[in-house]
Amino acid sequence: MFQFANPKRFMDASGAMLPWLSAATAVLLMAGLYLSFTAPPDYQQGDTVRIMFIHVPAAWVAMMAYVFMAAASAVGMINRHPLADIAAKQAAPLGALFTALALITGSLWGRPMWGTYWVWDGRLTSFLVLLFLYLGYIALWNAIDNEARAARVAAILALVGVVNLPIIEFSVDWWTTLHQGESIFRKGGPTISTVFLWPLFIMALGYTALFFTLLIIRVRTEIIERRVRAAILNGSGG
Amino acid sequence: MSHFLAMGGYAEYIWPAYGVSLLGVAAALYLTLRAYRRAKRSLAKLDSART
Repeated sequence: MFQFANPKRFMDASGAMLPWLSAATAVLLMAGLYLSFTAPPDYQQGDTVRIMFIHVPAAWVAMMAYVFMAAASAVGMINRHPLADIAAKQAAPLGALFTALALITGSLWGRPMWGTYWVWDGRLTSFLVLLFLYLGYIALWNAIDNEARAARVAAILALVGVVNLPIIEFSVDWWTTLHQGESIFRKGGPTISTVFLWPLFIMALGYTALFFTLLIIRVRTEIIERRVRAAILNGSGG
Repeated sequence: MSHFLAMGGYAEYIWPAYGVSLLGVAAALYLTLRAYRRAKRSLAKLDSART
């Protein structure tokens, strides 16, 4: 991992990886969409099961992105790696997007299936908190001009917010209100049929690949921007 | 075709869910690529000014 801590090495490695990763993202998402619309309707949910194929992957990436952001924040704080700070910073808007998509698609599923767009259930509420954590993190970066200081303050928020992840994870067991329990990664194997498991799995891979494709481009963008800024400062400073 | 679009009576929930997701992803892709292109352009300009 640490050989990529050098921005030059990161630029070389990520530049070589990017075409493959983008191609994999496109193929996975197209295959996932095809499977999502050719899967049969569920015997209970009817066609609304198709919302699950974009809802669950969005929620998964939303949480994974937070783990990534918090881990990168910790590395940035402990090792003072600007690259880790940049990775954490650039993961946040993507995490916020996937969190919002999970909330919106979940709400559009909840209306026909639960009879309501929203309920202050444990899972839904803790997921809303996840969105606010992302937005707060982004706001902190924007509020502090000094990059190193902004990274440190934002990292503290990211790390404190980690407590929300197990709350999201176990919310369906702690508060059994409306959101259903775990059906995929559970003891005794998944409880959902393989005709739904495949589209879900391919879409989850596609969403994950999409996240990393966008993240790599965004990190490359910021490295270039910082390089340009440093060059201009050096030039004008004599 | 119209049977497919009707989504078993849930069209009004399923299509907006896919529409919003597509819109969100497209917007992220657009903004990310635009910033990337701009950054690369300013670096190229800087390099050409130096030589």
